[in-house]
Amino acid sequence: MTEEVSSRSGFGHLVEGFRRMAPLSLFVIVFGLAFGVAALQQGLSGLETLLMSGLVFAGAAQFATLELWGDTIPLVPLVAITLAINARHLLMGAAFYPHLRDLPAGRRYASLILLSDANWAMAMSGGSTAARLGILVGGGLALWTTWMIGTGLGVAFGSGIGEPERFGLDAIMGCFLLAMLVGDKRDPGVLLPWGAAAIAALAAMAWLPPHAHVIVGALAGGLVGLLLPPARQEATR
Amino acid sequence: MTLTAANGGVLLAILIMALTTYLTRAGGVFVMARVPIGPRVERFINAMAGSVLVAVITPMAVHGDGGARMALVATAAVMLALRKPLPAITAGILTAALWRLVAA
Repeated sequence: MTEEVSSRSGFGHLVEGFRRMAPLSLFVIVFGLAFGVAALQQGLSGLETLLMSGLVFAGAAQFATLELWGDTIPLVPLVAITLAINARHLLMGAAFYPHLRDLPAGRRYASLILLSDANWAMAMSGGSTAARLGILVGGGLALWTTWMIGTGLGVAFGSGIGEPERFGLDAIMGCFLLAMLVGDKRDPGVLLPWGAAAIAALAAMAWLPPHAHVIVGALAGGLVGLLLPPARQEATR
Repeated sequence: MTLTAANGGVLLAILIMALTTYLTRAGGVFVMARVPIGPRVERFINAMAGSVLVAVITPMAVHGDGGARMALVATAAVMLALRKPLPAITAGILTAALWRLVAA
């Protein structure tokens, strides 16, 4: 994939990525709403809450650090928890690198600004390099937009859906990521690394500090993949 | 190290949190751009990519309630059968909602 091709087709793929991520993004409104409500209750102002959602754009870390925001803000736990939860982005970015390799540095690092679980998972699930970039950036924009709309609604109205789990809403992200993971793979060769990842993640949840399980599981799966005979090329992408 | 919330402390803390998060987003790519990528690194990265999602999803299945578990089972089943994400996710959400309606 040459630079010329990827930049010429950029905008169309971006719109297409936005469109493909739009259905799931609508559900992100609910999570944004819940965050907006929770942040106000913690004493943050509406503007501060919107700024945090807009600039950080990492729901899990924002929820997990919420209790730190008081009259004083302890920076070490704030950075440590943020790093621990978001460290999975390091691995996700590394896995996506082949599709960024031919971009100039500016565009390469700009296209990572909105990297998050859902758009990354969809971008990894297939397509040309230009289409994947469109999903990463356009899909990220869709998620960011609805995350902001949700946060804004929560800040404005101050009450959310009482029990999102009653409607199965909490299961959405898990189902989406699972659908992206299963994708169109038919190679049983992935089962060994994935099994190792599952076991390692559960073990880390039981015995390691909180939030370590994603990194530990992912690295374990990667190691098993490394040790397996190199028979499969396109298997896990 | 503690910031006082008054006098822009909250804003500074938000900026620090945002920068930390962006560094995680860019860091993996930054490293990969400086590592020679041979077949071994490629195998590691390929296997790791799916494993990230496995490691995110597995605790949801193991520690979630019956509704969450059945939702994941339904999603996987429909995905394997139809290879289309939207019906698979819809099946998962409906399963969770129905399960909880009946179980509650």
